[in-house]
Amino acid sequence: MSEKKIMVDLREVNKRYGENHVVRDLSLQVYEGEFLTMLGSSGCGKTTTLRMIAGFEEATSGSIRVNGVSVENQEPFERNVNTVFQSYALFPHMTVADNVAYGLRIKKTPKAEIRERVAEMLELVQLGGFERRRPSQLSGGQKQRVAIARALINRPQVLLLDEPLGALDLKLRKQMQIELKRLQRKLNITFIYVTHDQEEALTMSDRIAIMNNGILEQIGTPKEIYEQPASKFVATFIGETNLFEGCVSRVSGSEVGVTLETGEATAFGERFTPGEMVAVSVRPERIRYSREPVEGFSIEAMIREQIYVGSVLKTIAELPNGNEIRIERLAGEKIPEGGRVYLYWEQDDAKLIHSRSHAIYDAVENMSFV
Amino acid sequence: MREKKSGGLSRHTFRSNTLPALCMTGPVTVWLIIFVAVPLLYVAVMSFCSIDQNYNVVFRFTAENYRRLADTNYIQIYGQSLLIAALTTAICILIGYPFSFLIARTKGRKKGLLYMLVIIPFWTNSLIRIYGWRTFLGTSGWLNRGLEALGLIDEPLDLLFHRGTTVLGMVYCLFPFMVLPLYTAIEKLDRSMIEASEDLGARRAATFVRVVLPLTAGGIFSGSIMVFIPCLGYFFVSDILGGGNADVIGNLIERQFQSGNNWPLGAALSITLILITLLLVKLYQKCGGDMESLGG
Repeated sequence: MSEKKIMVDLREVNKRYGENHVVRDLSLQVYEGEFLTMLGSSGCGKTTTLRMIAGFEEATSGSIRVNGVSVENQEPFERNVNTVFQSYALFPHMTVADNVAYGLRIKKTPKAEIRERVAEMLELVQLGGFERRRPSQLSGGQKQRVAIARALINRPQVLLLDEPLGALDLKLRKQMQIELKRLQRKLNITFIYVTHDQEEALTMSDRIAIMNNGILEQIGTPKEIYEQPASKFVATFIGETNLFEGCVSRVSGSEVGVTLETGEATAFGERFTPGEMVAVSVRPERIRYSREPVEGFSIEAMIREQIYVGSVLKTIAELPNGNEIRIERLAGEKIPEGGRVYLYWEQDDAKLIHSRSHAIYDAVENMSFV
Repeated sequence: MREKKSGGLSRHTFRSNTLPALCMTGPVTVWLIIFVAVPLLYVAVMSFCSIDQNYNVVFRFTAENYRRLADTNYIQIYGQSLLIAALTTAICILIGYPFSFLIARTKGRKKGLLYMLVIIPFWTNSLIRIYGWRTFLGTSGWLNRGLEALGLIDEPLDLLFHRGTTVLGMVYCLFPFMVLPLYTAIEKLDRSMIEASEDLGARRAATFVRVVLPLTAGGIFSGSIMVFIPCLGYFFVSDILGGGNADVIGNLIERQFQSGNNWPLGAALSITLILITLLLVKLYQKCGGDMESLGG
């Protein structure tokens, strides 16, 4: 990693609610000006982590630093981070302008400056002219913009966003994703964004941290996460994939032999031991098929269904053991239901994943099949 | 009022709903007419009647009863009555607000317990409870006896029959009416409001003044109305604990119907009290008060 300034530094952070271990040994560095998304299903600990950074929750153990300063003993109002809440949490008894001005008024900023900065900020989120409205008179998208303006006007070192687009409809959400991303680029503020929507994460983030049951499964760029999932959870959570379960039969040097149900494959990888359960992950768009037998490794399958969805042709094939394989091609020959095909893939397109463990980031290696 | 507003219904729905609607609202309407509207009208008419030498009510129109209300003695009691009500309301807010906050923020069984502390006295007649206070505070009451036994005082304290004692009794009687709407308002307050305020740099005091207080003002408002108005009429409290030194409007009315035996004058006082009440409720509505939090 190049020398970038660490803005938020979590070290072995744990959070327990009684018996419930919500965040486990979380270590995570967020760089200055970075858009980091914490992705996971509900209850994975991502929101709790965000609330610990904001100061609403106290970590059971571990250290949290913001811009090099330890914040464990700081109250939320002492921290130079701001939050955009899932429910917006706009003050209903104040106008839009008063909501946005709140942080500056608390800091006793001169009135003229407040007026100027509020106008500037509302312009930035495209709400010029809405100053005197009440939150109850705004649509969901507008409320969201006010919430963002109210947080950003304080020029925080880090902006924390807790599923900010969760309540918006799909079209508006897509539009806001792009706007948020632009805003972040323009202001160059560190964003930590929490969502359960993997597409949203892929669209907006510089890096994605995937959490599952309080554990950080993998952190990396969207491309790394998608193309080199470190665990089965990551592989299935981000996009669709086909997993072929197998067992390491032999390891000689970096060459790993894997026994799949459908035959013997060879892969190159480090840190695999004979007898270990592994999975081979192949994305639907990486699976090729042919009606004629192909040379080398292939799996015989039967076409169950083909669906044309405009941009791609989706195919579902069934293996002799009953498992379904999903295939996506940009275009291709339409094969009648029940037709016999041979599935295969390029060696670079298959990823070898440890079946049981998680958080081993660099164990995904190229593999080839005999 | 409700029925008038729903006049836009189509004829079909109207017809098919008439019978069930009549069955549901009919008995209540009859009840209200017999026991609320008619007596009220009776009192209103009586307030314009006269009495003969034997204190019998005669139906001869006069506005004299209302003219007599401007008597300085009465005006003094109106003032005292308003003062007692204002003091009671203020004390109820000061004690009730933190207490309601405590209930709203407590969880589980403890919350139920705190809530019951407010509700349980409701189950005993307030007259009996006020007599209880009299026994407790009297010169040979438990408090004085206890303090004497502890050697803290040599002579019994003169605690009864002051304006302050009356206010104490009023606060005691009306406290639940302050706590219940306050509790509802505080419970409704979204925790994320407080978090948002702190997140934006406001310390606890600033958060309270700028966010918590304005957002729970509705509860303070309705609680105040529900304490202030009964205060003007709770004559038995000032009777028992004030001993004639802290009369409220309610005492004036009671006296005219009992010892004074001047029903028309009592009726005029009653009508005036009703008008004051309506004025206060109107004021409450004007300030954006929610009628439903007054209990409909």
